[in-house]
Amino acid sequence: MTDTAIPAQTRVLSGRQARRQSLMDKAFKSATAFFAITVLVILGGVFFTLVHGSLPALNAYGFDFVTTEVWNPVTDRFGALAPIYGTLMTALIAMAVGVPTSFGIAVFLTELAPPWLKRPVGTAIELLAGIPSIIYGIWGLFVFAPIFQQTLQPFLIDTVGKLPLIGHIFSGPPYGIGIFTAGLILGIMVLPFITSIMRDVFETVPPMVKESAYGLGATTWEVVWKVVLPYTRVGVVGGVMLGLGRALGETMAVTFVVGNAHRIGKSLMAPGTTISAAIANEFNEAVGELYISSLIGLGLILFFITFTVLALAKIMLLRMRKRAGG
Amino acid sequence: MEIYARRRLTNKIALGLSMAAAAFGIFWLVAILWTLLYNGLGALVPSVFTLSTPPPGIAGGLLNAIYGSVVMTLLATLIGTPIGVMAGTYLAEYSRGNMLGHVIRFINDILLSAPSIIIGLFIYGVMVVPMGHFSAWAGAVALSVIVIPVVVRTTEDMLNLVPAGLREAAAALGAPQWKVIVMVAYRAARNGMITGVLLAVARVSGETAPLLFTALSNQFWSTDMNAPMANLPVVIFRFALSPYEDWQELAWAGALLITFMILVINITARFLAGLGSKGR
Repeated sequence: MTDTAIPAQTRVLSGRQARRQSLMDKAFKSATAFFAITVLVILGGVFFTLVHGSLPALNAYGFDFVTTEVWNPVTDRFGALAPIYGTLMTALIAMAVGVPTSFGIAVFLTELAPPWLKRPVGTAIELLAGIPSIIYGIWGLFVFAPIFQQTLQPFLIDTVGKLPLIGHIFSGPPYGIGIFTAGLILGIMVLPFITSIMRDVFETVPPMVKESAYGLGATTWEVVWKVVLPYTRVGVVGGVMLGLGRALGETMAVTFVVGNAHRIGKSLMAPGTTISAAIANEFNEAVGELYISSLIGLGLILFFITFTVLALAKIMLLRMRKRAGG
Repeated sequence: MEIYARRRLTNKIALGLSMAAAAFGIFWLVAILWTLLYNGLGALVPSVFTLSTPPPGIAGGLLNAIYGSVVMTLLATLIGTPIGVMAGTYLAEYSRGNMLGHVIRFINDILLSAPSIIIGLFIYGVMVVPMGHFSAWAGAVALSVIVIPVVVRTTEDMLNLVPAGLREAAAALGAPQWKVIVMVAYRAARNGMITGVLLAVARVSGETAPLLFTALSNQFWSTDMNAPMANLPVVIFRFALSPYEDWQELAWAGALLITFMILVINITARFLAGLGSKGR
């Protein structure tokens, strides 16, 4: 504080000093603006690099790239359909597991938990977000997959798998690893992200609104379902989209458990691949311009998908915040 | 009376389910940590810290990988923190209501959740290809791209929490704006900003995907920033998927190390953030 402390006798700022300070002001402001624009440059750079890198593949295959299932390095024939399918399918399963669970946890944290339990439970859920993706991966492969293979998976195949119409989705041999397993692990991984947003938006509900519902005799569940949820709908959807964005782009955990097979199986129990898993697995071994370029093309597709989902999520959350603020 | 009983039952079931959901979430945390301890503690022998990664069948450790991870994480933090702090300062202090600020905030939030493997591809394109080889520099830059959005976000949030009265008081004393920001606002927001940097460190120290094709990995001890460098996440990835049991053991030891380091940083960050809010 030495510089800003008031001197004993007030001194008058000379013209030169004043000019220097105003120059410093301008310099500091421009420097912050420069680095702020760096953020834009990074995103632009990502986009440009991906487009540039995937040009050879896009030139060679054109639009067929996204509609072809074949992925054959030997014949230099590459199509992105199987990884796109895997990415969307695993993310969908993750949402089916993660969204209801996150909703439950958020309700527990905001409406049910006694104050002394709120912090530890909240912290524990947030710590789940801190565990690196690769740890979920080896845990999924060595611990979860074998248990799943011996218990839940045969059960699902024997019961749901026998049903007409939807049965084939759960049919086939129990591999342990595959699209379904990857989806389940992703479901656990997105829990903390969705939960923390849901909790935050639930807390924006004015107590008055909730109390009036309680005053009319509503049960806790009715308050949550008929007052809190409608009030926070936009924010909740934003949180879900944010989780979806995470699930779509998650790499290492999926790479371990998805099975890395470039095909679209009839059954969700079958091994498959996702965009990120294909890149992580094959990029370093890829030889030939077309192979590398096809992998970067996959990256470009993933960039488009996640950018759209995350942008939508962000817009929803901004709308929610505006409403809470106004 | 019937309807009351039904409503009460619905309430009980729904609340029971939400409690079950909370238990479900905590169950996974415990399950993962327990697995790590169970498999990792036995493998965590002193040689892990004194020897480099071995060929299969020979005793070895993770020394080169630990060194590489520390160096690249440090460098990434050193590159990313100033950029992030400056950008966050712009958003909080200079961008009130202007379009550029809104756009940058929006893009930054997208970068915050962007798939890290895409960051890896980006740095591969702009650094590895022109340089002609994988390098620790590329790895550090890739990680710094992940650090930046985290730091931008927390810096902005923390500066926004600084009461306007503090800035006005400093300005009233005749301090120019840059001094108000650097000497008053930064000071008031210090704990929060440190928390942000710590969270960024925690985030990148477990990142694998951006290092796969930037820093690659290295079987040997290397301090050359211009060459591929071993790092814990990629070594864990390779060793865990290898068929050799001693490699898998090392992978578990590395996994245990990395996870507990990250949890400790996370908890420290939380503690610091708590201090900050109490002081105010």
